[in-house]
Amino acid sequence: MRRLPVGSPLQILLLCCSFALAAYAGVRLLADDWFGVALWIVGAALLHDLVLLPLYSVADRAVVHGLEAGGRRAWVMYVRVPTVLSGLLLLVWFPLILDLVDQRYRLATGQSADVYLARWLLITAVLFGGSALLLVVRVRRATKRRSPAVH
Amino acid sequence: MGRAPFPGLVRAYGRSMRDHPRLPTSPGFWRSPLRGTWFTSVLGLVLLVGITVLFVTGLVSYAAYNPNLSRVNDTTPDKGILGFYLFSWPTGPVWLYRFTQGLHVTLGITLIPVLLAKLWSVVPKLFTLPPARSVAHALERISLLLLVGGGLFEFTTGVLNVQLDYVFPGSFYPLHFYGAWVFFSAFVAHAVLKMPTAMRAVRERRLREEVRSQEEVRPRDDDDLVAPDPDPPTVSRRGALWLVGGGSLLLFLTTVGQSLGGPFRRTALLAPHGGADPAGGPNGFQINKTAAYAGIDATETSAEAWRLVVTGRTGTVRLSRAELLQLPLHSSSLPIACVEGWSTADQWWRGVRLRDLAALVGYDGDPPDVFVESLQRHGAFRRAALRANQVADPRSLLALYVNGEELSPDHGHPARVIVPAAPGVLNTKWVARLTFGDL
Repeated sequence: MRRLPVGSPLQILLLCCSFALAAYAGVRLLADDWFGVALWIVGAALLHDLVLLPLYSVADRAVVHGLEAGGRRAWVMYVRVPTVLSGLLLLVWFPLILDLVDQRYRLATGQSADVYLARWLLITAVLFGGSALLLVVRVRRATKRRSPAVH
Repeated sequence: MGRAPFPGLVRAYGRSMRDHPRLPTSPGFWRSPLRGTWFTSVLGLVLLVGITVLFVTGLVSYAAYNPNLSRVNDTTPDKGILGFYLFSWPTGPVWLYRFTQGLHVTLGITLIPVLLAKLWSVVPKLFTLPPARSVAHALERISLLLLVGGGLFEFTTGVLNVQLDYVFPGSFYPLHFYGAWVFFSAFVAHAVLKMPTAMRAVRERRLREEVRSQEEVRPRDDDDLVAPDPDPPTVSRRGALWLVGGGSLLLFLTTVGQSLGGPFRRTALLAPHGGADPAGGPNGFQINKTAAYAGIDATETSAEAWRLVVTGRTGTVRLSRAELLQLPLHSSSLPIACVEGWSTADQWWRGVRLRDLAALVGYDGDPPDVFVESLQRHGAFRRAALRANQVADPRSLLALYVNGEELSPDHGHPARVIVPAAPGVLNTKWVARLTFGDL
């Protein structure tokens, strides 16, 4: 078997410094529930790289191919932009939107978390509605521009 | 598969499966024409600045708790050298913690689309074979696990904590603080290693030119992030950057109002302390923990039952609320600023100066530290310590009134501490005991 080359000694030195500091903090991070914390850190990387990212990539590809099949490739961004924006809001605020913390939130802040689902749906409706409106306007303008040549 | 309701989609999918490699370890598997060193470098440089600000404001927030003053203020007592930078937290400007912590939380939320786009742009490298070209490269890939795992851990714990969703494995403070050091150590190494490549990539073509120009940057031949056999583009790199920026802008605009307060709070549509205030009137501003949450019993706070116990050099004094009102009352306009990033505009507090209470128990003119205890029975900050500079500040009060009215139960009736520039949890509510003396 071929021996693995060493590579840049400066890079090795830098990474060893980084590992030393990470280990110093890591020992403290793992002090209470080492398994739970390790699971969260490794799990976060795996969940993102092997679940979230493939899922949204496949969904995006499905939309692109679906629109392509209907000859509407140029419409991709009108679907993609509102979906991405609405999805981002859900990704960040899902505990409030999906009412996962309703009781604690109500007791702590004196306010109800019921409003968040409605607000997110409204924002989503505005994003998709705005995108659809923009598409209609642009399609009509393009048709008008073409029509003199047709007549 | 042939009976699927979307023949066009299946056809397209089937075609791509025939023509292109099936395994992500093959460069040809990755089809997006957007990927390339320039795109990754722009996102990376944004994160370099943004995450550095997050790290520094995070460390500042820890210092704001004055953890070295007393064990009760310190949620990470085993910090060792990681607390090397700690300093006595000042009492001015009064909006100091409001600013640093609002910046920390709002910026963190705003950077999420950039982080996700950056990770998307480099995901082919996760599957690169051989797993290591050299010892140095092997170490770098291990470091990337700390970078990606640690980064996602920091963002996730932060986002969940501000929504009171305490599902993470342990107390938020040590997880987020030690996790930040693990993440940042990998982040610095990554930044140093990648800086030459990133700078070279962005120097080749300025961001402004790229965003203005219609034509695409032609990637360099040695760019290993570029797909060798890309799909036709559905969006330009410029369009993709606008989308990432738009996502950040949307998150920013629906969040920042909870830190600005006033009329802007209503614009924070999805932030935990956005939208409307809990109620109208003088006590209507945002609440951190209600009296019900803290388990405060109304019989303990009644005029007959409640006494403030003040201890110091000359012994102990017990004061009813009526007796407190006989002492000189002073006013100060101060905000409430929470570690969760939200804050209120200045409220007009009225009460007895902490240094006047210190004078009652033998510290006339030389106010020391104070140990504050609440009626609250559980919760991390039912006891808190304030430093001598905080006690001495003439704006630091044991407040009895807010905005011209008696404190409501949820804002700490019968009496609460309010100190300029201190994190919200150190402004103890439902105060029962003040012990003056050097801690």
